[in-house]
Amino acid sequence: MTKQKLIVIGAGMASGRALEQLFAANPDAYDVTLFNAEPRGNYDRIMLSPVLAGDKTYEEIVIHDSAWYEDNTVTCRFGEKIVSIDRAAKTVTAENGDVLAYDKLLFGTGSNPFIIPLPGHDLDGVIAYRDLEDTQAMMAKRAGDKVVVIGGGLLGLEAAAGMAAHGVDVTVVHIMGHLMERQLDEAAGYLLKKSLEDKGITVLCNANSKEIKGVDGKVSALMLDDGTELPCDLLVMAVGIRPNIALGAESGLATGRGIHVDDQMITSDENILAVGECVEHDGMVFGLVAPLYDQAKVVAKTLLGEEAKYEQKTLSTKLKVTGCDLFSAGDFAEAEGREDILFRDPARGVYKRLVIEDNKIIGAVMYGDTADGSWFFGMIKDGTDISEMRDTLIFGPAYQGGATADPLSAVAALPLDAEICGCNGVSKGDIVAAIEAGAGDLGAIRGTTKASASCGTCTGLVEQLLQVELGDDFKMPVAAPMCGCTDLTHEDVRRLIKSKELKSQEAVWQELGWKTRNGCHSCRPAINYYLLADWPVEYQDDPQSRFVNERKHANIQKDGTYSVVPRMWGGITTPDELRAIADAADKYKVPTVKVTGGQRIDLLGVKGEDLPSIWYDLGQAGLVSGHAYSKGLRTVKTCVGTDHCRFGTQDSTGLGIKLEKHLWGSWTPHKLKLAVSGCPRNCAEATCKDIGVICVDSGYEIHVGGAAGMEIKGTEVLCKVETEEEAMEVISAMTQIYRENAKYLDRIYKWMAKVGLDWIKEQIVDDLGNRKALADRFELSQSIYRKDPWAEHAKEKAEDYQPLADLTLEAAE
Amino acid sequence: MSWIDVGALNDIPVRGARIVKTPLGCVALFRTDEEEVFATSDRCPHKGGPLSEGIVHGKSVTCPLHNWVFSLESGEAQGADDGQIATFSVKVEDGRILMDGEELGKRSAA
Ligand code: SRM
Ligand SMILES: Cc1cc2nc3c(=O)[nH]c(=O)nc-3n(C[C@H](O)[C@H](O)[C@H](O)COP(=O)(O)OP(=O)(O)OC[C@H]3O[C@@H](n4cnc5c(N)ncnc54)[C@H](O)[C@@H]3O)c2cc1C
Ligand code: SF4
Ligand code: FES
Repeated sequence: MTKQKLIVIGAGMASGRALEQLFAANPDAYDVTLFNAEPRGNYDRIMLSPVLAGDKTYEEIVIHDSAWYEDNTVTCRFGEKIVSIDRAAKTVTAENGDVLAYDKLLFGTGSNPFIIPLPGHDLDGVIAYRDLEDTQAMMAKRAGDKVVVIGGGLLGLEAAAGMAAHGVDVTVVHIMGHLMERQLDEAAGYLLKKSLEDKGITVLCNANSKEIKGVDGKVSALMLDDGTELPCDLLVMAVGIRPNIALGAESGLATGRGIHVDDQMITSDENILAVGECVEHDGMVFGLVAPLYDQAKVVAKTLLGEEAKYEQKTLSTKLKVTGCDLFSAGDFAEAEGREDILFRDPARGVYKRLVIEDNKIIGAVMYGDTADGSWFFGMIKDGTDISEMRDTLIFGPAYQGGATADPLSAVAALPLDAEICGCNGVSKGDIVAAIEAGAGDLGAIRGTTKASASCGTCTGLVEQLLQVELGDDFKMPVAAPMCGCTDLTHEDVRRLIKSKELKSQEAVWQELGWKTRNGCHSCRPAINYYLLADWPVEYQDDPQSRFVNERKHANIQKDGTYSVVPRMWGGITTPDELRAIADAADKYKVPTVKVTGGQRIDLLGVKGEDLPSIWYDLGQAGLVSGHAYSKGLRTVKTCVGTDHCRFGTQDSTGLGIKLEKHLWGSWTPHKLKLAVSGCPRNCAEATCKDIGVICVDSGYEIHVGGAAGMEIKGTEVLCKVETEEEAMEVISAMTQIYRENAKYLDRIYKWMAKVGLDWIKEQIVDDLGNRKALADRFELSQSIYRKDPWAEHAKEKAEDYQPLADLTLEAAE
Repeated sequence: MSWIDVGALNDIPVRGARIVKTPLGCVALFRTDEEEVFATSDRCPHKGGPLSEGIVHGKSVTCPLHNWVFSLESGEAQGADDGQIATFSVKVEDGRILMDGEELGKRSAA
């Protein structure tokens, strides 16, 4: 029997496996000619990363060497492309013009890396990460060279890690909020980012690339849309792949995202088959080798006329990034009825999350300790029912069958030399000895051994030890935790955010061992505030962690409409401002216009969709947000002072306006209200404000800690100063010390009851250096937050106030 | 099922929400994770609070008016509160959000 002619386009991993299967089943069925655009045969593309990192050589990752091709009498035409197909004549044309006839044709053309068509994408030095050439271009970079990688997915990070291992200065630019967002949740993404940063890689998330700059046709920098310029000598784009279907489409095969194939891997032409990343089967395209190898088996059988059927499996795949202790498998995609099991051990930087559906594990992400990864992976693949071991599942196989998860017995079982406090190197034995010597509570343990006296994360362990040793004699302390998400108090958290330099929400969740994935409505606003107060420059305010009023910059009303209160600096307004307010009230049909208790005007009952436009109109008249909705500076009430009043001693109106212009936009633990009265008659009610000023002949009396809400509190005098400048500095410092130290939702009077007026006086009245430092820190924060959110939202976020879509017409049809 | 494209995933901030007007009234679309979206009725059964304006945490939302918490998966009120919000089919494909037009139309007819 004469051999049939099989031409294969592409010597990749899929077609390579198909040929192995074919020759194993029947070495004599076909006369094979193999074309490959790359100037080499089949190698293990997956192993390019170890090659890049220097752990392997190209020779070690070759799958089929020339001896293999010879043994199987494959005619190799490497470095040659097929450029066209004549299906009627059953011939292909190679790049050099050769025309070859086939009986069967097999597509194995793989994928093309996607290149974002940014201006400059065709410059020299802009590459993808797909083949040996790309890898070699990256390996040519040396210590000190600068490389930018666009794409924080698996490939981009492998590229970055590989180059960083050679001392190359690498920056990863990722468009999403966290790395590998398809495989990892935010917590693991955060840990991954941290460990890449420890390797010296700069990671920019939420970063949008805008343009690639070049000099003499060669890449020189990447520009981001926020104006950042990242100089580089090589730019790697690793942002995804697209099935390579051009040749198939041109020759008239049915294509969609990939070349359409049926269950036998036959295309719309019965003599043409396709396998690998270039195919689309039942609506799916592929990007990992496991399904391609299944396809390869089927394609080999089909070629031999045997019956075979390709079936997609719900495949889970393990992923690893070189040098990072990371494991991700299975599915995290959206679906109802899925639950999480979560474990965090901040001291060891360990994070584990299992996604459970119908009593089966369907996904697992692990960081820091991936030893149990294979065990979980096995259960995902086998669909093991976990209902029996659910409570201890997350602790891994070692804890299954018998061992209890009771934390007390776990602590009791620890050997005496087990380290409890990592910061101070205190062992269980040291603590037990201290307890035996009479230390009966946490304070005493901290005093005698220093255990839990530094970062505090071992506090729980120390308390459990006390309980084990003392039994009923030890009462677990009941300091109220922030909320159900943590055992730490607000004060603990504030302290730890500063001492451990936690600068993102993910850092807080992870390092402080939050029990929930991303907090709740009670702790999130507090954490958001603490982070922005302590790290005004590094931390980005998170609108999604704010109560609706602060997110929408308006007070929500009981019927879902909003109120709009523009600022009237120090209670002063002008006919023009009043006209603008009146016009806006008319134009937006505002049902109620009210003078507030804070010396300004409230427009009540504005529709949510109208907010950006009413703000825009008011803004045209110079009116800005009054922050009547914020835990931040509200109003500075004033009286008429020396300008008009026969008793006035100082320019109270002027100082009020200055203060309001200085403090506006600042966020504080709770609302902050000020007033300046021109004399002790106190017409501005300054003695019941958070901060009040009473002007007297010889200067300014500064009052703090008043309120006239649910509780009525008269102020106490902080100090007296002679000049307006001093008054401003003291008030800045007062505001800042409150911002840096108070618990979220404590007004000044509540916080003062905890720390004492004397302590505040020591800090900002007696210690002039500290006063100035606090005022300077306030100013730094204000350089970012002293701005009108209304103008910004009207200009940039107006869309967010509209419905995403209106289906009232379409869906009714 | 008839899937309707209602907008881009990135039009909803992570842990945020947007509304879609439908014949059944406003439906809130919540994005709980980079790739995860849920759809529920926008009206709180307590006193009609707009749930899309609440704080989204885990797979739950807290009503902005009086802090009732609802599971976005089951629509059930959590903890001591008793109540249920409707949930709707929604999926994300290639960065687009799709809702089932038939479900939105059918239920309105009922
Ligand atoms: C509009 C206004 C009433 C008015 O028409 O005069 C008002 C309206 C509200 N106040 Fe007030 N307060 C207003 C002046 C006051 C004053 C008087 C003042 O500032 O001189 C007080 C007492 C002084 C004080 O704060 O010590 C006051 C003490 C409160 C309190 C109690 C605070 C406390 O610590 O005890 C709350 C509740 C809270 O903040 O938790 C509150 C909360 C509210 C809220 C925000 C309730 C809410 O959360 O929805 C109201 C919003 C209504 C709306 O939809 O716009 N409002 N509120 C005043 C706006 C002033 C402004 O121009 O910004
Ligand atoms: C760096 C890297 C790491 C990876 N890591 C993993 C991993 O950990 N796990 C995993 O499962 N997958 C991984 N993958 C994906 C995996 O490598 C691919 O799924 C697999 O190689 C696809 O096989 P294929 O045969 O379909 O295509 P390819 O292997 O891409 O082969 C296609 C070949 O066809 C050639 N060709 C194209 N057009 C023509 C033409 N007209 N004429 C002649 N020849 C042509 C191309 O030059 C190419 O050599 C990784 C990929 C890369 C790049
Ligand atoms: S006193 Fe009560 S009802 Fe009146 S505005 Fe203030 S919070 Fe609302
Ligand atoms: S309206 Fe939702 S909790 Fe009251």
